[in-house]
Amino acid sequence: MMTIAVRIFRFLALLGTLAVPGAAMAQLAKPWQTDFQDAATPLMEQIISFHNLLLVIITLISIFVLLLLVWVIIKFNERANPNPSRTTHNTTIEVLWTVIPVVILVVIAIPSFKLLYYSDVIPKADMTIKATGNQWYWSYEYPDHGKFSYDANMVATEDLKPGQPRLLETDNRIVVPVGTVVRVQVTASDVLHSWAMPAFGVKVDAVPGRLNETWFGPVAKEGVYYGQCSELCGSRHGFMPIAVEVVSKEKFDAWVIEAKKEFASDDTGAKTRMFAQNETK
Amino acid sequence: MADAHATHDHHEDHPTGWRRYVYSTNHKDIGTMYLIFAIIAGIIGGAMSVVFRMELGEPGDGILGGDYQMFNVLVTAHGLIMIFFMVMPAMIGGFGNWIVPLMIGAPDMAFPRMNNISFWLLVPAFLLLLASPFVGGPAGGNGVGGGWTMYAPLSSKTGSPGPAVDLAIFALHLAGASSILGAANFITTIFNMRAPGMTLHKMPLFVWSILVTAFLLLLSLPVLAGAITMLLTDRNFGTAFFDASRGGDPILFQHLFWFFGHPEVYILILPGFGIVSQIVSTFSRKPVFGYLGMAYAMVSIGAVGFIVWAHHMFTVGMSVDTKAYFTAATMVIAVPTGIKIFSWIATMWGGSLRFTTPMIWAIGFIFLFTVGGVTGVVLANAGVDHSMHDTYYVVAHFHYVLSLGAVFAIFAGFYYWFPKMSGRMISEGLGKLHFWVTFIGVNITFFPMHFVGLAGMPRRIPDYPDAYAGWNMVSTYGSYISSVGVLIFLFALVKAFSTGPKAADNPWGEGADTLEWTLPSPPDFHSYDELPEIKDEGAH
Repeated sequence: MMTIAVRIFRFLALLGTLAVPGAAMAQLAKPWQTDFQDAATPLMEQIISFHNLLLVIITLISIFVLLLLVWVIIKFNERANPNPSRTTHNTTIEVLWTVIPVVILVVIAIPSFKLLYYSDVIPKADMTIKATGNQWYWSYEYPDHGKFSYDANMVATEDLKPGQPRLLETDNRIVVPVGTVVRVQVTASDVLHSWAMPAFGVKVDAVPGRLNETWFGPVAKEGVYYGQCSELCGSRHGFMPIAVEVVSKEKFDAWVIEAKKEFASDDTGAKTRMFAQNETK
Repeated sequence: MADAHATHDHHEDHPTGWRRYVYSTNHKDIGTMYLIFAIIAGIIGGAMSVVFRMELGEPGDGILGGDYQMFNVLVTAHGLIMIFFMVMPAMIGGFGNWIVPLMIGAPDMAFPRMNNISFWLLVPAFLLLLASPFVGGPAGGNGVGGGWTMYAPLSSKTGSPGPAVDLAIFALHLAGASSILGAANFITTIFNMRAPGMTLHKMPLFVWSILVTAFLLLLSLPVLAGAITMLLTDRNFGTAFFDASRGGDPILFQHLFWFFGHPEVYILILPGFGIVSQIVSTFSRKPVFGYLGMAYAMVSIGAVGFIVWAHHMFTVGMSVDTKAYFTAATMVIAVPTGIKIFSWIATMWGGSLRFTTPMIWAIGFIFLFTVGGVTGVVLANAGVDHSMHDTYYVVAHFHYVLSLGAVFAIFAGFYYWFPKMSGRMISEGLGKLHFWVTFIGVNITFFPMHFVGLAGMPRRIPDYPDAYAGWNMVSTYGSYISSVGVLIFLFALVKAFSTGPKAADNPWGEGADTLEWTLPSPPDFHSYDELPEIKDEGAH
């Protein structure tokens, strides 16, 4: 049942992608997508493979229950079975339907804990980025690269350049080198936000007064990866995207030099943009 | 005194006209008011969802014309209304009040006047909530847009300086007080007023479900009341419980909220379990399979429901060991839930099934609740939940267990007890049409949400990246179909009250063996003239 549906969706998805103009490698959801976005990090690969296991288990359970229901409907309807039995107990079957689910849960729990500890224990990172959520944009700092900071505001629909996705593109992207393990520290300045990057398998809330930590990488492929704020943060919650550009190490070094100049003391610039954003509401 | 004495002597001398309802101390009249209230609130809350589904039908600004605060207000109000003013009043206030005293052979609830105030607190609560969109909320906007969870600091002065949140807090205070009083009433009634011979282990499962629900209400609602009172003093009296800049912690609010919130979702579904058990047994003409297992499965779901709350908070930055605990504890709930699903099927197994309207709603419930349940097992795993938290996958999950679970159970119960409550039969044809239209509509609405959720679409956004357009359009059409279902339901109601044939005492035949079917339809004002006696094989 699932697979036929999935195949139809894939076909439709293919039709959809043909309509999208060719762009540089960008990682975001595709039209009619029915599954996770492609993994860009080893963590996301593990999440996908664990979810595939879960999907098989839950699909089988749902189909099993459906078949049982269809069976009793056919077999034990009034016409087929005019005289109901009075059976109300059967110890064997009651033990079975208690023990088998427990076994299934244990089968799920083992890889689940493995995945959880892999994703939550932060490995030795090559660099750190700090993300601060604000209503309604993200600010980023590169403490290992000279403490510059900048804001990332969504590019309004009318300002999009060809190939830039609507509601996902930011005026300043996060830039990280390919093949690097990145620690991300996340906090917020006003209300809750959440820093999420589906292709990396990362989502962590930005909480005022807390410094949450997560990590991603190494990202194998250069390109632009997109995510969105994932904790309701007010009226423009849907309009503070996250764009990560993964570039070669050389390009990254060049970008750092450039960024240090551009964002060195950008306090006033950041404020101006913030007010501009508020007025557009 | 003389007057009171006279009234006492003449049982039939009860108030009439508007006094019958406003002054009511009768569990049946109060139950009826709860049901009417739930239908009205359900129509309002449902209409709101259709409006924001229209907005989400295609990318870009739609019917709301770019008023994103209005979008958030609608989403927030939809959640609060459906939970506090539709499902709870229907299941606990409506069916609980109507049916529990009948099922246990009690003349009325233990505290009839408290029952009255329980209902009448709900009306001002609802009015307060409905008033909130018309006063200031966040800077430059109106209403409460912080979601039904009302997380601080978006709901603090920082995020919502206007008084709208205060109105919502008062609304929840009143609704909470109403529910706590109701819970105390049910617990007292069920423990003390059962007919002779009806031991706890002979009570119908619906009564069990209301008993467990009442305990969950009694233990969890005070925590919500505490949390929102702290929020209120943070907002108005200078405290700093949730204000990080003054030593408070926004995450504390989430812990308090979900310590209430998780039992709350079981409060919404447990009475449904009870309703479905009665119906499946009735129309299989068989006693419930594994009665004790069914009863204690509900007790254990209720108990474990108190120690899993932080699975709603896997991304807030808890320690990994805490997450591991909450993952494990949450998965445990799948076991008693599985016992219930399989016991319902085993009840039908070997039975003589009659597919009346209530029965098909109950069967629909069993399947759709299973689908919602297994996606719950997926979400329980913190490692995967990092990718699914706050996406539409979660929206799909909880609508499968609530919109397709709890609401299906409510309709099943409504069609089941309507003849008893009203004294009239409701059209089977329209009831079945209502079922199929709703079944198709809600599945088209909510199944695609799994897809966009996996693909990464966040919840509670008024516009979305273009890739999500296809499935969102499908969902929106699904919601239109579901609303046609509501119209069919209302038409069936009108038809039943205008031309519906009179209902017999027991319209469902020998499978319906609980006490309410021994009474006339509708029952007399004081249901039982003398207490029924429960023989050995009775009750379940």
